[in-house]
Amino acid sequence: MNRPASDHLTGAIDCDIHPALPATRVLLPHFDPYWREHVLRRGLERENFEPSSYPANAPINGRPDWHLPSGPPGSSLPALQAHLLDRLRPAHAICNVVHGAQVMLSEDLSAAFCRAINNWIKAEWLDRDPRLRASIVVPPHSAELAVEEIERLAPDPRFVQVLLLAMTEVPLGRRQNWPIYKAASQHGLPIGIHAGSSFRHPPSALGWPSYYLEDYVSQAQGFQAALNSLVSEGVFVKFPDLKVVLIESGVTWLPASLWRLDKTWRGVRAEVPWLEEQPTETVRRHVRLTLQPFDAPPTEQQLHTLLEQLGSDRMLLFSSDYPHWHFDGDEALPSGLSAELIRKICVENPLETYPRLKETS
Amino acid sequence: MSRHVVASIEEIPPGSRKIVTVNGREIGIFRIGDDFHGLINRCPHQGAPLCRGEIVSRLVAPSPGDYRLTRSGEMLRCPWHCWEFDIRTGQSLCDPNSVQARAFDVAVEPGKTLVEGPFVAEQVQVTVEERYVVVTV
Repeated sequence: MNRPASDHLTGAIDCDIHPALPATRVLLPHFDPYWREHVLRRGLERENFEPSSYPANAPINGRPDWHLPSGPPGSSLPALQAHLLDRLRPAHAICNVVHGAQVMLSEDLSAAFCRAINNWIKAEWLDRDPRLRASIVVPPHSAELAVEEIERLAPDPRFVQVLLLAMTEVPLGRRQNWPIYKAASQHGLPIGIHAGSSFRHPPSALGWPSYYLEDYVSQAQGFQAALNSLVSEGVFVKFPDLKVVLIESGVTWLPASLWRLDKTWRGVRAEVPWLEEQPTETVRRHVRLTLQPFDAPPTEQQLHTLLEQLGSDRMLLFSSDYPHWHFDGDEALPSGLSAELIRKICVENPLETYPRLKETS
Repeated sequence: MSRHVVASIEEIPPGSRKIVTVNGREIGIFRIGDDFHGLINRCPHQGAPLCRGEIVSRLVAPSPGDYRLTRSGEMLRCPWHCWEFDIRTGQSLCDPNSVQARAFDVAVEPGKTLVEGPFVAEQVQVTVEERYVVVTV
């Protein structure tokens, strides 16, 4: 951190940062009285609900120079300001809290924790730094309660997205989830789909993996399945204004997956007659992807080939994935991108994806 | 361009087809009601005998779950990869602007006209009383 920060990210919109709870007990003031007592009677404030998709000690989940004297990486606003906001000087950064609240089996407890997390992020982060925006954390296994939470927070324009996980109880496109998409669409909120699983099912279609390596890499398959489900079930036909942001998907799996989707659709189109155009066209219009972690190919030439295969310069959104460790220093962008594309990735594409950013900028 | 008599209309009842060979080229003659249409018997995808495929409807859904059966008997499904084609135009459903099966003009002419020429009728015995399917190649 001795060399000066580069200015190429000044004014950018960082579409994925991860504030973390210092400890579950910090949520206590943010529960309503009923759920505060429930939590205290069960001693839940002493539990750690960090999701096992992101084990705290895995190096990837905390960049060494972003570690804190105490508390998990990402749990301090002053540190976030020093490490990222004041250094790279983004115009905005979108807080995505990934937490066990999203995968609890009790729908009501899940909803209570999600409400507390949203209240906490508003009071402790959004109210304390005007550059911050946040995703609404919802209980994904109850569309009804998820919609209630979206409706509760939608009036605050600093909430710019609804956050879901790629792998939960049912494929995301299933109609039981549509009330969430309807509410999000009505309020101009994209659906952010973050890597992660409720682990109701193995992260690999083959069964439970033995190692973190398998689990982490299999997340890309989870994204493929989630995207195939959203497209095939006709979510984007039903909600033509809906945008979906794949967060921490790795990006580079997408072109080959779309080739397969297009190719197969040609022969079985009649099974999903609402899909009247090649799925790739639908995906390019409705789906965006955050950049980090970017599974970059080995050479710049291959990177250009990949960008060409994506077929659209509107799909990528800048993200640092703070405090996760995907790059060192200030090199948050892969090398070899043109100045024009960088501008699109950092500013234009996020503004187009998140209309609420324009309301509050 | 030449015009070829390929069948009497009695040979191709509504909803059926006949595959004929004209100048060494196989052409499927399809009858939808009283309209006749000709398509090359070669799928533009990978060369399958397209015209031997199943004659189907066009299944559509303005939104998910809102199923509608339209244009019954007007679509052709390739026997190899199940791509669908509009029998009237040869356009594919999956990529209508780029993937098209070649269509041929097909007309119905009275035998009386055909006997006078200039038509090629090497496969069909033409009589003045009948009406015939004539394809332009």
